[in-house]
Amino acid sequence: MIAWTIYITFAGAVLLLFLPRAFSRWIALLTTSATFAISLATFFCHDLAHFTTIVRAPWVPALGMNYHLAVDGISLTLVLVTSITAVSSVLFSWDVDERPNEFFFWLLLVVGGSFGVFLSADLFLLFVFYELVIVPKYFLIAIWGSTNKEYGAMKLTLYSFFGGALVFIGIIAAYVSAGSLDLNELARFQFTPQLQSWAFPVLFLGFAVLAGIWPLHTWAPTGHVAAPTAGSMLLAGIVMKLGAYGGLRVAMNLFPQGFQMWRNWIAILAVIGIVYAAAVALRQRDLKFVIGYSSVSHMGFVLLGLATANVLGVSGAVLQMFSHGVIGALLFAVAGRMIYRRTHTRDLDQLSLMDLNRALPFAAFVFVIASAASMGIPGFSGFAAEITILIGVWKTFPVAVWITGAGMVLVAAFTLRALKKSFFEGGPAAPSGDVKEFAALPPSMTSPAERPIHLEPITIPEKLGAGLLMFTTVAIGIYPKFLLDRIQPAVEAMRFLAR
Amino acid sequence: MSYLDLLKFAAPEAIVTLTALVVLVIGLTTSRGTVVAGVSVAMPKPAAAGAAAATRFCMLVGVLGLIIAIEAIVLLPSHANLFHGMLVISPLNSLFQIVCLVLAFFTVLLASREIPNYSEYLAIVLLATIGLLLLVSSEELLMIFIGLELTGLSLYLMTAFDKTDIRSAEAGLKYFLFGSTASAFTLFGLSFIYGMAGTTSLTAIAEGLAVQSLSPLLFAGIVMTLVGFAFKIAAAPFHLWAPDAYQGGPVSSAAFIASGSKVASFVVLGKIVLIGFGPVHGSANWHAMVAGWSPVLAVLAAFSILIGNLVALVQTNLRRLLAYSAVAHAGYTLLGIIAGGREGFSATLFYTTIYAFTLIGAFGVVALVRRETGGDDLRNFAGLRARSPLLAGCMAIFMLSLAGLPPLAGFFGKFYLFSAAFRAGANHGLLWLVALALFGSLISLYYYLIVLKVIFQTEGAEARSLSSPAQNGLSRLTIVFAAAIVLLLGIAPQFLVARIIAALQ
Repeated sequence: MIAWTIYITFAGAVLLLFLPRAFSRWIALLTTSATFAISLATFFCHDLAHFTTIVRAPWVPALGMNYHLAVDGISLTLVLVTSITAVSSVLFSWDVDERPNEFFFWLLLVVGGSFGVFLSADLFLLFVFYELVIVPKYFLIAIWGSTNKEYGAMKLTLYSFFGGALVFIGIIAAYVSAGSLDLNELARFQFTPQLQSWAFPVLFLGFAVLAGIWPLHTWAPTGHVAAPTAGSMLLAGIVMKLGAYGGLRVAMNLFPQGFQMWRNWIAILAVIGIVYAAAVALRQRDLKFVIGYSSVSHMGFVLLGLATANVLGVSGAVLQMFSHGVIGALLFAVAGRMIYRRTHTRDLDQLSLMDLNRALPFAAFVFVIASAASMGIPGFSGFAAEITILIGVWKTFPVAVWITGAGMVLVAAFTLRALKKSFFEGGPAAPSGDVKEFAALPPSMTSPAERPIHLEPITIPEKLGAGLLMFTTVAIGIYPKFLLDRIQPAVEAMRFLAR
Repeated sequence: MSYLDLLKFAAPEAIVTLTALVVLVIGLTTSRGTVVAGVSVAMPKPAAAGAAAATRFCMLVGVLGLIIAIEAIVLLPSHANLFHGMLVISPLNSLFQIVCLVLAFFTVLLASREIPNYSEYLAIVLLATIGLLLLVSSEELLMIFIGLELTGLSLYLMTAFDKTDIRSAEAGLKYFLFGSTASAFTLFGLSFIYGMAGTTSLTAIAEGLAVQSLSPLLFAGIVMTLVGFAFKIAAAPFHLWAPDAYQGGPVSSAAFIASGSKVASFVVLGKIVLIGFGPVHGSANWHAMVAGWSPVLAVLAAFSILIGNLVALVQTNLRRLLAYSAVAHAGYTLLGIIAGGREGFSATLFYTTIYAFTLIGAFGVVALVRRETGGDDLRNFAGLRARSPLLAGCMAIFMLSLAGLPPLAGFFGKFYLFSAAFRAGANHGLLWLVALALFGSLISLYYYLIVLKVIFQTEGAEARSLSSPAQNGLSRLTIVFAAAIVLLLGIAPQFLVARIIAALQ
């Protein structure tokens, strides 16, 4: 049944091309909600401990390619977060008026491709879906984006394609050596250590580009900033997870010895990423850049968790993928839709003059929740995930825990700074920014006296979308066992674990 | 063997020849008295209507002839070998004869009927098609050379056909000068090969070469032969004619050069090196280069990928951009031949076929945009999405397939090619070429996306329609058909791959 998430999404996308624009957002909402319902239902009625085949049909028998889908706890968790993010991103793009059919078409392609990646049990099929996601992102950003959109879109696309090229080499290496493309068969195949030693880093790095590994992360902040709200939500919520998932499911699972050789390096890059991105975020003036770098920092936790090679660390990494998918999407929704669409600025110094706390109380509430979750306050999913990762890390890289702890302080610092500046700076305080910044403002905002006190109120779709995301992060924060119970057996079935 | 038997085996070629002659006769009998229609010299109305009817009739005859030729190929016996390989009928040859005929069919549908002396143009297209059929179906050096020359001469004429455009004449002349020099090289090389092996049949040449070592004379012959083919497939550094020919000539000529001529050239190149020169394969592995034809082709491929992609980055004319990207794609396609073996050759054949359909579709879009806006620079494509969402969508399919993105045929083609190349070299010896090709694809994505950016994002001026809607409708149908092929072969590549592999058994 879970396979229908893919079919429904693509069917919805194709349908959008032929229907009048009035239907577009409803079709998109309907398809994404259906996938959400399906993935939630599957949680209760499926064996999730093993990568269980759900569909298998010959595709190109001459080359051993099959249309082969399978599901386990890890994939299902990610399918669930994809569908949640998808529903809320549709709700947050309810106001898209420019070419809505095309917009939702590309959006659904990203979502459908991501479902495909998470459910593929055939290496070639997985790669097809993986590459399928690249181009829709370009169009979403280049057409509907904001700041510096063409540059951001092209940079993101070329980075993704570069990662894809590395993955391509790794996949061909695995395919040619083992003569099979079936992930379960490949996971049992003994690749020579010599092959693993070079194929693993190529494959993992290729995937990790999309997960925002330092120093190949620079596409993420620019891409997030340039993207429209739904685009940033999908990027943070789903696309970055594709990379981490690929690294786990393909690179680590296929080449365990290569992973053992290289995992210290992954951990080092991940720790640098966590601290570096947090430090950079501390100095940003654009609210979306702050959140963009926070995404890189949070994805660093995922990579660090993967590098631990023990059950807790890897399960925590998967939980963090889920958690960051929800929280990242929520943060971008507030910054992109609730604030930027109304104030037409994301500059923290300018926002601090607007007294948004009073103008948009609901947005302030959501942003406080999202920030708390992002900082890792207990009771939210971010805490559950990061604590699980850190316990796992303690077993393998004790030093990393100390450095990461310092990084978490930085995370709290930049989150609080963004929160305070954007919402709680309060009233007509003396402008602290450069004077020349104000020249760029629309005339109505140049003097504090003429500031628009009354912004357009928060709409119902926004409230629904934000409510869904907030509920998810709180629910998982309170009861992470719901996911962990399904993730852990699936992780234990993998063979790279350091026993 | 009686002539009747010969006629039976050469039925497709005979039918196309007959069609060409009929088309010529129709043109001669109806065009008398009308002066250069293309420059819109005021014609009396009935005469203009009569000329239009005649061109329509010509096209109908041409299209029918091609369809009957395809039928004839289907009805041929599955295996035959006439005159020691001069005319070989095998599943592979038949498959690619059909591909060439379908490409010619598309070209005829795309060709502007307002071109002066339409019937002559059509006849030359058909003559070029005969050349392609001979090339594909022959496994003998003399016959291959005749096929090359027939195709080449027809294509030179097709390129120079637009008498109202000085660039067309320039392109034709350049193409002709480069082409005849390359032909001379090929002939010279072939004579060396003949001298060393004592025969012109490919299988016999392989037997002859198997017993001798790679002498400098033989190597010179091989290199010179390859130079001629590198010219045909526009591999760098023998690509200099391509940008001008693609840009200057009538769009349909460029489409045919990029598609039909390329497919046939790759088929015959593959046969010559893999069958004829099989014993002197050499090795292009980076850690163990061995002299032979494969290092030569590897160097050509590397140059093509780099030069084609890098120069395409700065093009502002779409046809020139497609020309340089064609150079790069020739490089990718060579990978399969360098890999050799059944898998490599079938990857090359698959890739060149889907590439041909992609390019013919892309050139179809260029032709329509040119008719509407009067140019084919990138800026002429601005706002195409608003003017015609259908054409914009098809162009997106073609460009993304060329860039190698799923679920389009180009993606599967590249996967097939690169995995074949990766598998072939002992100890991943061809990894350097695969990595280079992937790097090239990365560069290429940039300029293909620029094209799509102009189409989908930049707002363009309102364009005026210059030609009749009926003709545009036919071209549109062809383009949609090509796009459907590219999409379907991406989703279900098995359809073509299985046929090619079965044909290669």
